[in-house]
Amino acid sequence: MSLNGKAYIVGAYEHPTRKADELSVVRLHADVAKGALEDAGLTKDDIDAYFCAGDAPGLGTTTMAEYLGLKLRHVDSTECGGSAPILHVAHAAAAIAAGRCNVALITLAGRPRAAGAALSLKAPDADAPELAFELPFGPATQNLYGMVAKRHMHEFGTTSEQLAWIKVAASHHAQHNPNAMLRNVVTVEEVVNSPMVSDPLHRLDCCVMSDGGGAIIVARPEIARDIAARQTRPMVKVRGTGEAPKHSMGGRIDLTYSAAACSGPAAFAEAGLSPADIQYASLYDSFTITVLMQLEDLGFCKKGEGGRFVQDGGLISGVGRLPFNTDGGGLCNNHPANRGGVTKIIEAVRQLRGEAHPAVQVKNCGLALANGIGGALASRHTAGTLIMERV
Amino acid sequence: MNTTQDKPARPAGPPAGPRKIPAPRVLPESQAFWSAADEGRLVIKKCNACGEVHHYPRDVCPHCLSLDTTWLQAAGTGSVYSFSTMGKGEAAYTLAFVTLDEGVTLMTNLVDCDPRTLAIGQRVKVVFKPSDGGHPVPMFTPA
Ligand SMILES: [Zn+2]
Repeated sequence: MSLNGKAYIVGAYEHPTRKADELSVVRLHADVAKGALEDAGLTKDDIDAYFCAGDAPGLGTTTMAEYLGLKLRHVDSTECGGSAPILHVAHAAAAIAAGRCNVALITLAGRPRAAGAALSLKAPDADAPELAFELPFGPATQNLYGMVAKRHMHEFGTTSEQLAWIKVAASHHAQHNPNAMLRNVVTVEEVVNSPMVSDPLHRLDCCVMSDGGGAIIVARPEIARDIAARQTRPMVKVRGTGEAPKHSMGGRIDLTYSAAACSGPAAFAEAGLSPADIQYASLYDSFTITVLMQLEDLGFCKKGEGGRFVQDGGLISGVGRLPFNTDGGGLCNNHPANRGGVTKIIEAVRQLRGEAHPAVQVKNCGLALANGIGGALASRHTAGTLIMERV
Repeated sequence: MNTTQDKPARPAGPPAGPRKIPAPRVLPESQAFWSAADEGRLVIKKCNACGEVHHYPRDVCPHCLSLDTTWLQAAGTGSVYSFSTMGKGEAAYTLAFVTLDEGVTLMTNLVDCDPRTLAIGQRVKVVFKPSDGGHPVPMFTPA
């Protein structure tokens, strides 16, 4: 069953905090839930489905349903790291299409910065069979993505300067976002001259670490139309969705592509669109190389040509061929809970509603894409792709 | 990415001295791999049903789900698929993927060399390094 047109995003809210010293994780979830409800003009009692990932406190959907006082008939805690909220939107649309619910709330929140937790993989699980063959060697997020970048450079001649253009573009956008953690416009030279974190990735090739979160509300079309009748802004339709995991395949490791090579075509097929139709892209930017891989794997350019696609401002709104992450993204704005998926959806919704900052708003933005990479590119991850349309 | 939220903070500043190698936590189906490592031997799993090799080792072939899998002595040689060096001074280490001549690619470290001299495609051989209170682990050094 195609989900094209079966559901609409009627609410979106991003927490303004970047360091939540005084707020618990559940409180952050509650803040973003309230913000999204207010944005949608709905009340708590309209919610009959709730989605959060496995990083939510306690028993996830169960704990959160109690904390928020929700009366639900559908729950889903699909867990795939930072791409989870994008899959949650797709699963909410599917549940709505199946008649299992009317209005779904999706929340993501966390406070790793206030808690002082290092950017690291999840705490070891004694039953995970791969860990004995990975943990002794010190895999961290930074060196896993470093290996992907190094292989991409080897295969395709991609350069550090080309990767740096991705940060440069994000910084051009972040200067207009008062909430962004990094608001200085940086140059290619500043990126490649910043300290090496895990070669070939420099400090400025990496995302920020922040607290905060975000929420999305997905509703069936009749409800979305009722809401739209009370508002002056356009509606945001779910037009295409795709998801896919990629792992080590028993040792047949190929770092030249991500799972977006599967999730992207599925989403475009469901939407009846091609990459050339997309006017704005929210791409999970845990590192500059993550963006480059998604551009290629989603079909915005041919494999190996991502470096040429992004250089000379290719991703800068108003300048380049494909404006991306106009809020500054994870590279400059925020990366709540070390999971960037929800903020990718929120900025795409702003673009489609015409609510992005005027300096970065894409003119007449009718079709936007959000893509998440949850997990780590080099070892195992799940990609989620969401194509949204202004109607 | 995943998060370890509300866990105690790590101590500030870079670690002093070389990185400790965590002991592998051994599941029963990979015990033979670590017993071989105790003898300085690198073994991988081969499936008798489909003929494919796999790594990490498991009872069930990930290519065809057959339970008819056996251990194969690897030559211990291969080539660097990719690598990345993280950390400063004594704490620096190089994470890598090495493709064994038998065809599987495994996560490892490149050791006993200057990381600045390493290159993708370069030939390497296995060397076992002691872990912190557990079985030795297979790492690789330029051949
Ligand atoms: Zn087999």
